Amino acid sequence: MLLKWLSFVWMSEASASTLPLQGSEVARSWDQLYIFLVALSVFFFILVVGGMLYFAVKYRKSVSKTTEYITDNHVIEAVWTVIPAILLMVIFGWGYSVYVKMTQAPSDAYEVRVIGKQWLWQFQYDDGRTTINELYVPVNKPVKLIMTSEDVIHSFFIPNFRVKQDVVPQMYSSVWFQATIPGKHQVFCTEYCGASHSQMLAKVIVLDDQQWLSWRMGKKIDLNLLPTAGLGDEALAAAVKKQDEEKAASGKPTVQLTGLAAEGKAVMQAKGCIACHSFDGAKLTGPTLKGVFGHDVELLDGSKVLADENYIRESIENPTAKVVKGFSPIMPTFKGLVSETELNAVIAYIKTLKE
Amino acid sequence: MSSTAHAVPGTHYLNNEKGLMSWLKTLDHKRIGVMYLFTILFFFFIGGLFALGIRLELMTPGQTIDFTLPLIGRIVMDAPTYNRFFTYHGAIMVFLVIIPSIPAALGNFVLPMMLGAKDVAFPRLNLMSYYLYILGAIVALSSLLLHGVDTGWTFYTPYSIRASTGTIMVVLGAFIAGFSSILTGLNFIITIHKLRAPGLSWSRLPLFCWALYATSIIQVLATPVLAITLLLLVAERVLKIGIFDPALGGDAVLFQHFFWFYSHPAVYIMILPGLGVISEIIPVFSRKPIFGYRAIAYSSFGIALIAFIVWGHHLFVSGQSEMANFIFSLLTMFVAVPTGIKVFSWVATLYRGSIRFNVPMLYALGFLELFTIGGLTGVFLATLSIDVHLTDTYFVIAHFHYVMVGGTLMAMTGGIHYWFPKMSGKMYSEKSALWAFILILIGFNVTFFPQFIVGAQGMPRRYWYYLPEFTTLNQISTVGSWFLLAGFVWVAVYLWKAIRSGENAPGNPWEALTLEWQSPSPPPLENFVETPTVTSWPYEYRS
Repeated sequence: MLLKWLSFVWMSEASASTLPLQGSEVARSWDQLYIFLVALSVFFFILVVGGMLYFAVKYRKSVSKTTEYITDNHVIEAVWTVIPAILLMVIFGWGYSVYVKMTQAPSDAYEVRVIGKQWLWQFQYDDGRTTINELYVPVNKPVKLIMTSEDVIHSFFIPNFRVKQDVVPQMYSSVWFQATIPGKHQVFCTEYCGASHSQMLAKVIVLDDQQWLSWRMGKKIDLNLLPTAGLGDEALAAAVKKQDEEKAASGKPTVQLTGLAAEGKAVMQAKGCIACHSFDGAKLTGPTLKGVFGHDVELLDGSKVLADENYIRESIENPTAKVVKGFSPIMPTFKGLVSETELNAVIAYIKTLKE
Repeated sequence: MSSTAHAVPGTHYLNNEKGLMSWLKTLDHKRIGVMYLFTILFFFFIGGLFALGIRLELMTPGQTIDFTLPLIGRIVMDAPTYNRFFTYHGAIMVFLVIIPSIPAALGNFVLPMMLGAKDVAFPRLNLMSYYLYILGAIVALSSLLLHGVDTGWTFYTPYSIRASTGTIMVVLGAFIAGFSSILTGLNFIITIHKLRAPGLSWSRLPLFCWALYATSIIQVLATPVLAITLLLLVAERVLKIGIFDPALGGDAVLFQHFFWFYSHPAVYIMILPGLGVISEIIPVFSRKPIFGYRAIAYSSFGIALIAFIVWGHHLFVSGQSEMANFIFSLLTMFVAVPTGIKVFSWVATLYRGSIRFNVPMLYALGFLELFTIGGLTGVFLATLSIDVHLTDTYFVIAHFHYVMVGGTLMAMTGGIHYWFPKMSGKMYSEKSALWAFILILIGFNVTFFPQFIVGAQGMPRRYWYYLPEFTTLNQISTVGSWFLLAGFVWVAVYLWKAIRSGENAPGNPWEALTLEWQSPSPPPLENFVETPTVTSWPYEYRS
């Protein structure tokens, strides 16, 4: 009995460690149900597969010469029909009760509007501010997201909070959570949406009371000072990226980025530009930015245009005005989403990407 | 099984006519079954190559495949190429391999023989089904010449409305192949009703026939809905009507309802015949009657019925109403009851048997292990709140591979080993087969079990790039896929060797009681020397 109990505890801990960080109110209830299901599954797996192996060995041909003629047994058949049915109803009820918690947002929840588009997330706050791929929310307060899409179906998934909701064009869907741990929480797009689907990533920035107050007063939050909560370790990601870059640039001299250009690179990473535009010449959904500045670019209609400061500015604010040959006019406008200082930094960085 | 050489009947279905044309124009259900089998195995190989490409690319979080070969040049798997890979892997495996696998290949060969019939009810229609399937495959794969397709096998709108023109070809291909499925289902239903041998009453019908009957009903009733849906999708693209495209006033989620209204029942088209194969193999090698014959037969129909009213569980986070979610989650739970009855009955059949571990039996036992995991994790996904976190992650990928590959494909491979002596008139090396089985069983678990964990941790499906935290589990999974490759190549090698130079098979090597084994191996043109008369049920095994 004690052994059984110990193995259950061990199993619960083992299965809990395979889950993401418990970062919201509902995550706790979700995990309890999940661990119950894991334990129940292990029980039935041992019952069925253990029973199978036991019978297979015990009644193998070499020791079991005679068989018994058994065609059915109504009692045992009733047992294995009724007991699973009852268990399934319990699971259903428990699952539904957690679902109610998951979907019924308190009426005083703080609302943020979310727009998904290929391939970035845009967040609009009540004070008129807009952010890209960074959703700022307070800790320990209910937050409700009201979401829609500008193009195809996306899905907003925060593993740490155990919530997910499809984001559909021409329709509002919503999801709510109450974050319990300050820091940066990973967001994935989980409905396939085209070429850069796997790079349509974002972070929920959960701020403690002090930080939230200063964010509300319009101050910038230094994200480098915030810890990563569970998934989405930036140091790991940076190491992988560095490896890839070294592989691509092996043999070429490396340029140390400083000042404005370095800031420009950070802006392009944060705003999701890198989902479609490479810095190293690779062709993604959009044209590469390598060796563009100061050169002629051929457009869809065959005409050519010099890539200067104004061209880059126009391509960011009004992307469909001049479309590069070989690409589709699918980039969303960033007008109003990028400040003048950020624009300057981006252009400074693009200038450094020489052939 | 006796080791002495067996006399092969002078003329049989394989040699009564010779030449390629005698195959292409054949009306013999056995030859059509064999043609299906080889075609399906060919597409399984192609779909498998796409799978291996996917797994190789996922060896590292970023871009993995990027190397230069002499003569061929640089080979790169960028995100758009990766997206095409998983689309073709899914579309080929679902529409061209798993759906027709057991019914069209093994079912075509075995069903009329199990019934004691000379052929299916409509042999010409049967041949037409085969050619519709081939035509559908050609149309679908012609999309490879049109920049390929990257929508995923589910063709969700509005993405599929904007994706490359090749999408139309794949959709039309699936539309055409659907008719092959409908006609085969119709043929089987009528064959089972009308062509049973004297004395073969419904209560003596082998469980494989019951399973094919339930499958056929779904094929006939559900596939037309897919046909309509796919035609509407093509019409939407070409005529811009405004059914599914929100930009034209349509409803994007409506497509998902239509699509899963077919594709969920289709999941049972894929698994029910496999359950039928297992119900045949287990009693033969346990030398005991199947436990709970009636319950197993009826539970096939229970599953078929529930199949039609649970499609909404694919849409728990789509934005459908909470009331709909409540109902679909509740109904889905009931799928587990008849499925559980089957699994418990198979285990009970082993009790007090005299068990022989021939290769088909090994696959049946392997099936039980994998299908149990597939089924139990299905309960996770049926549970409303649990599904919210797990849906569209690798947990779902692992779950349906345990059911579709661990279930259907293990049953199919077991079935091939079971009926191989009957189909080819040859025996294969059981020793070789044992090692291949071990490779496949281990390879399968190593490939797909880590995906449950990585999915629960949050890794979404259809991701070319993934977070570095998920690297180890992905690498284990990729290594597993090489074991699977080795296992299946091994199977192909020793079966081919058996066909070329195997020992002649006796008429009934497994001492089974169903009718197909009461005929010589390979069977004569019209199956039986004289029409058999049935006097008992097919599981009358006594020591």
